[in-house]
Amino acid sequence: MNAEQILFIVFGGISLVGAVSVISFRHPIYSALALIVTFFAQAGLFVLLGAHFVAAAQVIVYAGAIMVLFLFVIMLLNLGTLSASGSIVGKLKGVAIVLGLLLAAEGIYIAVNALNETAVASAQPTAAPVTTYQIGELLFSKYLLPFEVTSLILLAALIGVIVLVKRDGPDTD
Amino acid sequence: MERAYYFAFVEGDFVVLPLHVLIISSIVKILIIAHLLIIGVMAMIWSERRVSGWMQDRLGPNRVGFQGILQPIADGIKFLFKEDLIPNHVDKPLYVLAPAMLLVPAMITIAVVPFGSSLTIFGHEIPLQIADISIGILYILAITSLGVYGVVLGAWASNNKYSLLGGLRSSAQMISYELTLGLAIIGVLMLTVVEPGESALSLRKIAESQGKALWNWNFLIHFPAFLAFTTAMFAETNRLPFDLAEAEQELVAGYHTEYSSMKFALFFMAEYMNMIVGSAVTVTLFLGGWHFFGLENVGGPVWSGLISFGIIFVKTAIFLFVFIWVRWTLPRFRYDQLMNFGWKFLLPVALTSIVVTGILWVTTQSRLLVGIGNVVAAFIVVSIVAGLLVMNKTPEPATPELSGLDAIE
Amino acid sequence: MGLEYYLILSALLFTTGVIGVLIRRNAIIIFMCIELMLNAANLAFVAISRHLGETTGQVFVFFVMTVAAAEVAIGLAIIVSVFKHRQTVNVDEVNSLKG
Repeated sequence: MNAEQILFIVFGGISLVGAVSVISFRHPIYSALALIVTFFAQAGLFVLLGAHFVAAAQVIVYAGAIMVLFLFVIMLLNLGTLSASGSIVGKLKGVAIVLGLLLAAEGIYIAVNALNETAVASAQPTAAPVTTYQIGELLFSKYLLPFEVTSLILLAALIGVIVLVKRDGPDTD
Repeated sequence: MERAYYFAFVEGDFVVLPLHVLIISSIVKILIIAHLLIIGVMAMIWSERRVSGWMQDRLGPNRVGFQGILQPIADGIKFLFKEDLIPNHVDKPLYVLAPAMLLVPAMITIAVVPFGSSLTIFGHEIPLQIADISIGILYILAITSLGVYGVVLGAWASNNKYSLLGGLRSSAQMISYELTLGLAIIGVLMLTVVEPGESALSLRKIAESQGKALWNWNFLIHFPAFLAFTTAMFAETNRLPFDLAEAEQELVAGYHTEYSSMKFALFFMAEYMNMIVGSAVTVTLFLGGWHFFGLENVGGPVWSGLISFGIIFVKTAIFLFVFIWVRWTLPRFRYDQLMNFGWKFLLPVALTSIVVTGILWVTTQSRLLVGIGNVVAAFIVVSIVAGLLVMNKTPEPATPELSGLDAIE
Repeated sequence: MGLEYYLILSALLFTTGVIGVLIRRNAIIIFMCIELMLNAANLAFVAISRHLGETTGQVFVFFVMTVAAAEVAIGLAIIVSVFKHRQTVNVDEVNSLKG
C-alpha cells in the first residue's frame, strides 16, 4: 500500500463519515460542522489528485465563505431542533434510505463497469499536477464566455439577495 | 519515495534535497518556528502592556523580572492554576473545541511564510521556509478564513447573548474584510517575476522578486493596496479599531465572555499569534521580505541566511509595534461604520488597484508609472465614493427602532 | 489509485446528500445536503480531469463553485424571509402559497 492509497482511504473515510454525520446530527450547527469537515477532506482528495488550486478554492469558497454564511443564518435565526411529530417523513424514512442505497448501487455499478467501454478507460492518467497558470489560461481563453456568464449569475444573486432582504420602509414587515 | 518527496515539498523548484535531509530539516524548522511563535506571543504580551503604559504615560508591569519581562510567564502560570470552569448552560463539545479551532489556524499559517533566504549546512542548501507550496498565498487566505470558526462556535456554544452578538459581528466582519484581503494581493501577484513553469503564488517568489532595489518593494508600487491589505488584516485579527467582536463597553468581553482559565488563554494567544503571522505575511508580500539594501547578501552562505532571518525578524517586530500604536491612536468603529468602510472604501480601492495595475503594467511595463497610477486612481475613487456618500446622506431618525434581527447592526 | 475508487466515493457522497434531502425536514440541512451533492460532482470532475490528463474538468469545478455560492446566497436569503413570515424553517409547515 503506497502513500497515495493510505491518504485516499483517510480522506475518503473522513469525508464519508462527515457526510453521514451531516444528515444524522439533530442540531443544524453540528451538521454544518460535519459538512466543513467533509469539505476539508475533499480538499485533501483534490490535492491528492494534483488539483492544488481547486483544493485551495474549495477551502476558501466552501469552508471559508459558504459555511460561515450557513452558521451566520443558523445563529441569527437561533434555529434549534425541529419537532418531528406530524411529519410524513418519519414513517417513510426507511423507504427513503432504501431508495438512496439503490441509487448508490447504480452509481457504483456505473463507476466500475460502464466506464470500461468508453474512451475514458483507454486514457493514460497523468501524475503531473495542474498548475494555476494552466487553469487561468483555459478560463480566460476557451471558457471566457462561461466565465463571464458566471459573473452575471453572481451579479443576479447579489441583486436578488438585496431585493429579498431589503426593508422597503416603516409600513411593511 | 518519489511520491513522499512530492507531498512534503510541493513543486519546490530551486532546491533538490535528499529525502532524509528534507525530513530532518523540516522537523527542525517546524520546531524552531513553533517555539518562536509561542515566545513571540509572550514577548508581544509583555511589550503590548509596556508600550501601552509608555503611550499613556504610566509604567505598566515592571515587577516580575527585569523590567517586568517575566510577566507573561507569571500570567501563564496563573492561567494554568485557575479552575477550568465549564458553565452548566454551555454546549460542552463545541465550548471545549472552539479555542483550539482559533489557535490551530493561527499556528499553521506560518508554514508557508519564508523566514529568510536559505542556509547552507553540511553541503545542503536548506530554504528557510517550512513549505514552499505552489499555491502559498491561496493557502494563507484559505487558512485565515477558517479562523472565524473558533470565534463563531465559541460564541454560540457559550449560550450567552453577549457572546452570540460578538460572534455574529465577527462572522459578518470577517466575511466582509476577507474580500479586500484577497483582492489587494492580486496586483502584487501580477508584478511578481517568475520563470516559465514557476508559480507566482509562492511567497518565496514574491519575496525574491522584490530583491533588486527599494523601488521593487511592493508597498511603493501598490501603496493603496498595501493600505487596504493592512487595514483588512487589522480587521481579520480583531484588533482595535476593529475589535467589535469583543467590545468591552457593549458586550462585556464578546465571544469569550464565558471562558476562563487556560481556554481563555488560548483565545488570547491566538489573537497575538494572528498578529505575528499577519505581520510576517505583510512583510513578505509588501515590505521586501528578507531584503534590505543588499545587507542580506553580506557574509558567506551561512551568515547571509542568518542575516536575512534577522532582517525579516526586525521588520516583523516593527510592524507589530504599529499594531500597538494603532490600538492607542484610533477609537473603535461603530458597527455600521465598519461595514460602510469595508464595502464602500476598502473594496473599491482594492478593485481599482487590480484594474490600474493590470492596464499600466501591460501598456508601459514601468513600476514607477504603476505606482503613481495606483495612488492617483485610489485618490479619485475615494473622492467619488466620499462625494456620493455626502450627497446621499439622509438625516438619521431620532430614535431608531430595533427589532430582534436588527440588534446586531 | 484508479479512477473508479474516486467515482465510487463520489457516488456514495452524492447518495448521502440525496438521502439527506429525503429524510430531513429542516430547510437549512436540506440546503447543506445540496451542497454535499454539488461537491460530490466536483470530486468526479477533478478525478476524471486527472484521469484524462486535461484541465477542463477543473475549470468546470470553478463554475460549479460559483453557481453554488450564488445559490447559497439566494437560498439563505429566502430561508431568512420565510422565517420572518412563518417563524419556522420546517419545509413541511411551509406548504401554502398564501403568505
